[in-house]
Amino acid sequence: MPHKVSFPQFGDYWIPFEHLVTRGLEAEYVVPPPMTKRTLELGGKYSPDTACAPFKYTLGSLIEALEAGADLLVETGGACRLGYYGELQEQILRDLGYSFEFVNLAGANYSKPLTLLPFLKKINPHYSLPRFAMAGLAAAKMVDGMDAVDDFVRKNIGFEREAGAFEAARADFFRELRAAADRKEVSAALSRCLERMKKIPTDKPERPYRIGVVGEYYTIMDPFSNHNLEWELAKKGMVIERWMNLSGNRLEPAKKVREKIRRYTKYNMGVTCMSTIDCALTCAKKGYDGIIHVKSFGCTPENDAIPVLQNISRDYKIPVLYLSFDLQTGEEGLSTRLEAFYDMVVMRKRAWS
Amino acid sequence: MKAYLGIDIGSISTKGVVLDGEKNILAREYLWTEGNPVGAVKRLLAALRSQLTGAEVVSVGTTGSARKLIGVITGAAVVKNEITAHAVGTLSLHPDVRTVFEIGGQDSKIILLDQGVVTDYAMNTLCAAGTGSFLSSQARRLGVEVEDFGRIALTSQNPTPIAARCTVFAESDLVHKAQIGHSREDIIAGLCKAVVTNYLNNVAKGKAIRPPIVFQGGVSKNVGVVRAFEQAVGHPVIVDENGHLTGALGAAILARRSGKEAPFSFEIAEADFKTRGVNCGRCANQCEIICVYRDGKLLDAWGNRCEKGTVKA
Repeated sequence: MPHKVSFPQFGDYWIPFEHLVTRGLEAEYVVPPPMTKRTLELGGKYSPDTACAPFKYTLGSLIEALEAGADLLVETGGACRLGYYGELQEQILRDLGYSFEFVNLAGANYSKPLTLLPFLKKINPHYSLPRFAMAGLAAAKMVDGMDAVDDFVRKNIGFEREAGAFEAARADFFRELRAAADRKEVSAALSRCLERMKKIPTDKPERPYRIGVVGEYYTIMDPFSNHNLEWELAKKGMVIERWMNLSGNRLEPAKKVREKIRRYTKYNMGVTCMSTIDCALTCAKKGYDGIIHVKSFGCTPENDAIPVLQNISRDYKIPVLYLSFDLQTGEEGLSTRLEAFYDMVVMRKRAWS
Repeated sequence: MKAYLGIDIGSISTKGVVLDGEKNILAREYLWTEGNPVGAVKRLLAALRSQLTGAEVVSVGTTGSARKLIGVITGAAVVKNEITAHAVGTLSLHPDVRTVFEIGGQDSKIILLDQGVVTDYAMNTLCAAGTGSFLSSQARRLGVEVEDFGRIALTSQNPTPIAARCTVFAESDLVHKAQIGHSREDIIAGLCKAVVTNYLNNVAKGKAIRPPIVFQGGVSKNVGVVRAFEQAVGHPVIVDENGHLTGALGAAILARRSGKEAPFSFEIAEADFKTRGVNCGRCANQCEIICVYRDGKLLDAWGNRCEKGTVKA
């Protein structure tokens, strides 16, 4: 019997995970249900109170995956508290009485893919390496493609003439990705989608409002966690630029980043903090109209980025909106802040250009 | 004569102004929301109406935490967030303002302006410590009227330090300080100072505070807090007599600027409005949908996060 594998919800990235598991490892993949308030309630109930919000979101998602029939859970490692998520979540789920197998990738090193192999064996002892490598190439292409499509959507959805055109193109692309058998089919779907999106009629001004979104890894990439703030803002008629994504192909190596932001930070400040500062500085230098800093409440590295962002804001006269998300984030408070941010950006630009 | 109505419905108080085309105030009213925004607005409209003669309201703007609900009920041309409304309102009174401090019942904010343009702002994020409702509850605990707070604070020579980062801890600290024998005026002065420290360390963190500074919101009526602000920032702090109306003023000005005009009748003060919160139930997210009815007929509904929960009027 092949395992029924699952991984916590994380934006739409379950699509490449599913491909890796089903095509690469010939196991079943249980797509965790889309996150809802119930996910948060479950996660909040069984998590340590002071854990960062993504821990609670992903724990809730794992519980819902188990309920949906998963019998093998995968959790990732990471350079901050994320590195402890797996161990703690496994223990919490065992204490709750669930029976399952657990693969904690915290023991692997993603920059050395060979370290992943023993973990793959746990998912399917008889997996074929060439098959997995093929699926890996396709999944990597999917991630690149999804990131490229989302980037395009963020920059154009605010200007579409016919409401819903970009959303429909994106949804079709994601559907095609799920059906794609290999890398070639992924590439073809991507080209089709990009072609289609380029043809969508837009009314984009010559110099639109441009907003950079920077911040913590999970909250920034998971629209449910950040209340879909990117689309919400974009749809007011703004270009949204976000460098952080899973493919990370637009982020530079840490050493180079440190050199670029030397004026603001001397030491390595951990995980995404350096990229946050780097991306914010790039926005400021390019004359963007504003920056939004997104993090989960309790995220230490991103908390440390705030004073630096304040300095950048002062030096380049660029407004920064700081948003901290947790399980209690009220919809009203957020929309008030976003609306005021939009008004401010418009007012500044009208007055000074 | 054409007139413009601005309504600011806050958690604690509801404010309204009617302006003519030259931004002159024709009518004004300030009353308690008492947890019932619709009822408060009905009372507000009745009071404003009695002050008006020969003016015809052609456009309505709403702001404050109940702006959406009241916007639907009044058929508002503009429904605006508090920051923009306050900025616009303050600029109409003080065109050269650089910094606005605002401490209301439930939230506090700072707005920075340069040459009449908002350049930066911030709102308190998580806790309501240091806002108006915190001060009123502490006043009750100390057995004084919150209106007398500022006057009493000014009599203190030696304000007691109060740990006011968090409302609950501040309350414990306050009780403790009273139990070990600090005088009431020193504690009250300490509280005013703590409100200011909390504000400057949280809401105004990292912001360059430049004069002229205007202080608004219910707490601005507290001279103790005003004094503590002046001492902390080293600049005079302006408190306007109409400071509590600034949001409503901004909403009325924005309504006029929108150019959208629609017939408005004060008769809605007599209409029967009902609101109902329903849980969608079509998925596990259980969105809370608000439905607004006028005389039994559905006016509008919102709160759903996807199309499954759409309620049609």
